[in-house]
Amino acid sequence: MNTTDVINALYLIAALLFILGLKRLGSPDTARSGNIMGATAMLIAVAVTLCKTEVVSYAGIGIAIVIGSTIGIILAKYVQMTSMPQMVAIFNGLGGAASAMVASAEFNRLSNIDTSIDAHVSITIMLSTFIGAVTFSGSLVAFGKLQELLVPSRAINSRIIKTINPCLFLGALGLSAYIILTEQNSDLFPILIVLSLILGISLVIPIGGADMPVVVALLNSYSGLAAAAAGFVIDNMLLIIAGSLVGASGLILTNTMCKAMNRSIWNVMFGAFGAELVQGQTQDKEGRHAQSTTAEEAAMILAYAQSVVFVPGYGLAAAQAQHQTKYLADILIERMIDVRYAIHPSRKNARPHECTSRRSRSTL
Amino acid sequence: MIEGLLVSIYVFALAILIGFEVISKVPPMLHTPLMSGSNAISGIVLIGALVIAGQDTNTILTTWLGIIAAALAAVNVVGGFMVTDRMLQMFKRGPSNKPK
Repeated sequence: MNTTDVINALYLIAALLFILGLKRLGSPDTARSGNIMGATAMLIAVAVTLCKTEVVSYAGIGIAIVIGSTIGIILAKYVQMTSMPQMVAIFNGLGGAASAMVASAEFNRLSNIDTSIDAHVSITIMLSTFIGAVTFSGSLVAFGKLQELLVPSRAINSRIIKTINPCLFLGALGLSAYIILTEQNSDLFPILIVLSLILGISLVIPIGGADMPVVVALLNSYSGLAAAAAGFVIDNMLLIIAGSLVGASGLILTNTMCKAMNRSIWNVMFGAFGAELVQGQTQDKEGRHAQSTTAEEAAMILAYAQSVVFVPGYGLAAAQAQHQTKYLADILIERMIDVRYAIHPSRKNARPHECTSRRSRSTL
Repeated sequence: MIEGLLVSIYVFALAILIGFEVISKVPPMLHTPLMSGSNAISGIVLIGALVIAGQDTNTILTTWLGIIAAALAAVNVVGGFMVTDRMLQMFKRGPSNKPK
C-alpha cells in the first residue's frame, strides 16, 4: 500500500462521515452529533490533503488557514443568534468565491503550461468559476438584504432585471463555450467572472428580504455544485462527493423550505411580489400566520417546544380526540414542557368535555 | 484520463442521488442549522485550494489565488461548523427549558 492508497482510503472515510453527518443533521436528537461528524470529516480531509505528494510548500497554506480560521471563529462566536441567516449567507459566499478562485487558479496555471487543456477540465473550470462567482455575489446581496444594508430589502418587480438575467446567462454561456472551443484564450476569462458576478447580483436583487433564507439555501446548493465542479477540475474524488452531496441535498432543503412557506421555488425566484398568501395559510393583522403541517413534523416541533398551548375546537370534539389530546399533553409534560389550554370564552361552558385534561397547569 | 473521468462521473451521479435521499422530513426549526451545516461541508473546496496553493508548478498568480481561496474556504469551514453548533446548542435541554 502506498501513500496514495492510504490517502484515498481516508478520503473515503471522510466522505462516509459527511454523508452520515448530513443525515443526522436532519433530526433534532442527532443534529449536533451530525455536525460534529461533518467537522471531523473536514479535519480528516484537510490533514490528509496536506500529506499529498503534490503539496510541497506549506508557508502560504499555513498562514491562509490560520487567518481564515481566526476570522471564522471570531465571526461565529460574536454574531447575534438572530443574525444567523446573514452569517450563513456570508460564509456561503466565501465558499463560492473559493471555488471560483480554485478553478481560475487552475485555468491560469494550465494556460501558462504549453499543453492543450482537456475538454472536460476546461468545461468544469468554466462551470466552477461561473457558479462560484454567482454564489459569491448573490450571497453578498442576500446578506445585504437580511442585514438591511446598502440594498433595499423589499421585493423589486422590475422588467429590466427580468430581461437582463437571461441575457447575462446566455452571455456567460456563450463566452465559456468560446473560451473552451478556442482553447487558452485566457484574456476573455476575467470577462466571464465579471458577467457571473453581475448575474449573481441581479438574480437576488429582485427577491424580497423575507424570502432570503430560501435564497441562501439555494445558493448553498450552488456552492456545493461549484465545489463539485472544482473537484472535476483538479480530479479530487472527495471534493466531487462532498460538493454534489451538498448540491443535491441543498436543492431538497430549498424545496422543503419553500413548502414550509406554502410557496414554490419558481415563485420565490421569479415571482418578485413578496409574500403572497396561498391556500392553507392564514394571516392575522400583525403578519403572523398559521401553518398547516404533517403529523410527523408536528411531533418534532412539539417535542422541542418550551411551551405548548392547545386550542381545542369543534374538530377535536367531533373527532372524539379528547383522550389522545390528554395523552399527548401527558407526554409533553413528562418532557418538562409547559402545557396550557386556550379556550375561547364563548365555548367555555358549552362543551366542558372538550377540555377534560385536569392535570394540566392551566389557568382557564 | 478518460477512464478516470468516467469514474468521477459515476461518483458524481451516485453522490447526487445520495444527496437527494439523505434529506427528508426535516422539521422547520432545523432548516437553518441544516443549511448552515451543509454550507460548512461545501467549504470542502478548502482541500482544492490547498492542493492548488501547495503545488510547485505555479505562476505567482496561481499561488496567490490558491492561498486566498484557502483563507476564504477556511472561514467558511470553521465559521460554518461553529455557527451550526451554536444554533444546535439551543436544542439541548438545559435549565432554561424547565417549566416555570
